[in-house]
Amino acid sequence: MTTTLEVRNLRTHFFTRAGIVKAVDGVSFTVGRGKVMGLVGESGSGKTVTGFSIIGLVDPPGRVVEGEILYQGRNLATISEEEMRHLRGNRIAMIFQDPMMTLNPVLRVDTQMIETVLAHEKVSKEEARQRARDALGMVGIPSPDERLKSYPHQFSGGMRQRVAIAIALLHRPELIIADEPTTALDVTIQGQILAEVQKLAANTGTSLIWITHDLSVVAGLADDIAVMYAGRVVEDGPVSEVLDRPLHPYTHGLIGSVPSRNKRGEPLRQIPGMTPSLLKLPAGCAFRTRCPRADEACLADQPLRALLPGRQARCIHPHLDEVPA
Amino acid sequence: MTVYLLRRISQSFLVLVAMSMIVFIGVYAVGDPVEILISPDADQMERERAIQALGLDLPLWEQYGVFVWRALHGDLGRSFVYNEPALQLILQKMPATLELAFGSMFISVLIGLPLGMYAGLRPESPGSKMIMAGSILGFSLPTFWVGLMLIMVFAVQLGWLPSTGRGETAYFLGLQWSFLTANGLSHLIMPAINLALFKISLVIRLTRSGVRETMLMDYVKFARAKGLSPARVTFVHVFKNILIPVVTVVGLELGSTIAFSVVTESVFAWPGMGKLIIDSINVLDRPVIVAYLMIIVLMFITINLIVDLLYSALDPRVRLEGKA
Amino acid sequence: MSDVTIAAPAAAREETPFRRFVSEFMASKIAVGGLVVFTIIALLAIFAPWIAPQNPYDLAQLDIMDGRLEPGAVGGSGIVHWLGTDDQGRDMLSGIIYGLRISLTVGVGSALIACLVGASLGLLAAYAGGRTDSVIMRLVDLQLSFPTILAALMILAFLGKGIMNVVIALVIVEWAYYARTVRGSALVERRREYIEAAQCLALPTSRILFRHLLPNCLPPLIVVGTIQIARAIALEATLSFLGLGVPITEPSLGLLIANGYEYMLSGKYWISFYPGIALLITIVSINLMGDHLRDVLNPRLKK
Repeated sequence: MTTTLEVRNLRTHFFTRAGIVKAVDGVSFTVGRGKVMGLVGESGSGKTVTGFSIIGLVDPPGRVVEGEILYQGRNLATISEEEMRHLRGNRIAMIFQDPMMTLNPVLRVDTQMIETVLAHEKVSKEEARQRARDALGMVGIPSPDERLKSYPHQFSGGMRQRVAIAIALLHRPELIIADEPTTALDVTIQGQILAEVQKLAANTGTSLIWITHDLSVVAGLADDIAVMYAGRVVEDGPVSEVLDRPLHPYTHGLIGSVPSRNKRGEPLRQIPGMTPSLLKLPAGCAFRTRCPRADEACLADQPLRALLPGRQARCIHPHLDEVPA
Repeated sequence: MTVYLLRRISQSFLVLVAMSMIVFIGVYAVGDPVEILISPDADQMERERAIQALGLDLPLWEQYGVFVWRALHGDLGRSFVYNEPALQLILQKMPATLELAFGSMFISVLIGLPLGMYAGLRPESPGSKMIMAGSILGFSLPTFWVGLMLIMVFAVQLGWLPSTGRGETAYFLGLQWSFLTANGLSHLIMPAINLALFKISLVIRLTRSGVRETMLMDYVKFARAKGLSPARVTFVHVFKNILIPVVTVVGLELGSTIAFSVVTESVFAWPGMGKLIIDSINVLDRPVIVAYLMIIVLMFITINLIVDLLYSALDPRVRLEGKA
Repeated sequence: MSDVTIAAPAAAREETPFRRFVSEFMASKIAVGGLVVFTIIALLAIFAPWIAPQNPYDLAQLDIMDGRLEPGAVGGSGIVHWLGTDDQGRDMLSGIIYGLRISLTVGVGSALIACLVGASLGLLAAYAGGRTDSVIMRLVDLQLSFPTILAALMILAFLGKGIMNVVIALVIVEWAYYARTVRGSALVERRREYIEAAQCLALPTSRILFRHLLPNCLPPLIVVGTIQIARAIALEATLSFLGLGVPITEPSLGLLIANGYEYMLSGKYWISFYPGIALLITIVSINLMGDHLRDVLNPRLKK
């Protein structure tokens, strides 16, 4: 498998007045070429900050303090801002969560698309417009010529997200980081966008990092999955294996709390307690305060261990003994 | 758009009617109309005749009708002092005031916008903190006193700039302007800065908070994620968004700038409408007072209308609401 | 009985927020500095006759020979004129201390009256709603759409000079700020349960308005009031400078500055300079308090 991106031991910390928030604290994963990598976790687990770290958009008081982000032999964590800028939107693109907020309300859609083309390629404005129109057509926006002249507020939420995806596709990037791009949309639109993205990724060979809290989205879309909890990856592996046989108690609980995976009539399982504050993480395993399997051994820090072929988990009491759920 | 335009114009018209009533009541009901409208030198016979001619024996609402009727025909009375139609007198002084007002607005944007952008983009730097402290001072300083101090330093002590008057003027569009000659410009500079002082602070604060709010927006982060240069993000994506509130406020300020030019014109003996109205109040040249008030009210309403329309042109969301 | 049950929690609440407010206000050195400076200025103004070296209104004490003395010069009567004298031989320091008295009286007085008028109308608008509300708010809009200086000029052109007329003009141009502020917060408070409870108990309207609604509108009112005092003082000074404000017999700071205007061109700066500094210090000290009060009392910023 050829690799598009490899993240090694990434640490992104926020130096706030209240203390150091270790939003991302030692995250590693690999994205294969043309593959979809699902980054799953609750809000506050550090998945979005991981995305921003890769694309170099962590703003003060936050900073990438350690780790490597390897892309084509270069470490994105250490290259200059100018070099990073030439990759951003060009080789690595990003789609944001709320389509209502991602497009500048006072600029026309064509302006916002053409500037993206011109930021990375010296082409005529006419050609840039042509490219913008083709991209709109590709994501399924009818009469793109007309729509180019519109302002963002004249589009619906789903349409705006399509525009944002079209912008991300303008330079045929090798990697797209999609930060919960369907969460704010209606379920039907969600399905359309997912199908669209899957088709585009397959056609263009683009790799995807799909950040989400929704396991059902990942199940149908991703090839691999990394589950994050409190700034760390607690489990990763191929998506079907992880979902069928979760090793980490947190993943186990997460899957158990998806209604469709429970048998009808059975009470819905849930993870007790709340996500801990990143300022006051419990020592050792961060999940142990909510974990049914926790004991004294969990007070020590756990490394991510290979437990099955292609499978890793950060747990001393993994669900190895059980029959697949 | 047309519906919106019509609605706005009719609103403006209502305000104009209301204000004309207030001025009318102020002049005709609160003060003694005979004293206000007839020269104090007139003898008894003349007074009687004038009272009849002015219709002061009619009931108040009829008098108001006459007042409006004559105002509509451009007749706002004659100045006692200059013995000229009050309206004409004021219109002659208007270019000087407009020149001063636009000069100071230009200066306030020229100085305030870059300083505000800097303070917004680097809020923690010592430079920004100095800018913000300066803006508090700009709000607190009494304009007229700063004007005096400017004269003291730059005219009396240093002798760099002339202290009073308009200096040489040149004709443009049939009117006299100071800014077209070097001498006139040197006369304009101090009053314009003096008048701009308050607005510089305002523009700085507005721009700074606008930049800080906009920088946090998702669309700014998305623009950066597209790989745009920092200059393009700042000067297109951020700048265009803060331009709307700043343009609105500076535009709205044109009215108050013209009003506050009363103070600056008095300090620098700038021969505009403001100096005229103060002189007229001091010698009780009441037709001029009434004419000035009516003109300034009309001006105000027009400015508010134009700013509203400009605003809707700049912000596409407003424009569409009007259409719907 | 019913009064007690409603008033008791309110009384219990009053004590702690006030203490918290005091400690939060005291946390800012700048604001405390403003308070200290303003207190000194207020004391100077109140005790002017005992503090000022000279009674500037007593013509018997003035000697025209002492006219336009430089700061620090010794006059004919033997007193040192630390800030110089004006054209009539009046000690500038004394003139400023007495001038502060007039400036503060007019500024604070007009702000208080405007507050009373504006707050009452604002409360009425919020409580009555409907047509009363829209009439009052149209007036507020109209008032606020014209710059204060213009409105004040208009009123003084009709009424003529004089301290009372200046106060009237300032009240007319300022009431709308208070009305808008009080209406805004009263509308929020009005929907709370305790007002409903008070209405159910059939308490008289005036009691609901002033005992229940008003106290909860106080924080924003204090902020607006502080800033409006500074604005009133500045506006009075401007009007007096223009010759439309206080009469020459009772010179405020603005009039003192105006008196020095003609001498400044010949380099005798102190007649205008020092009253201006006094005015500036007064306004800045109030504004610094106001700025911090806004931060302390604004619940939106607190969160």
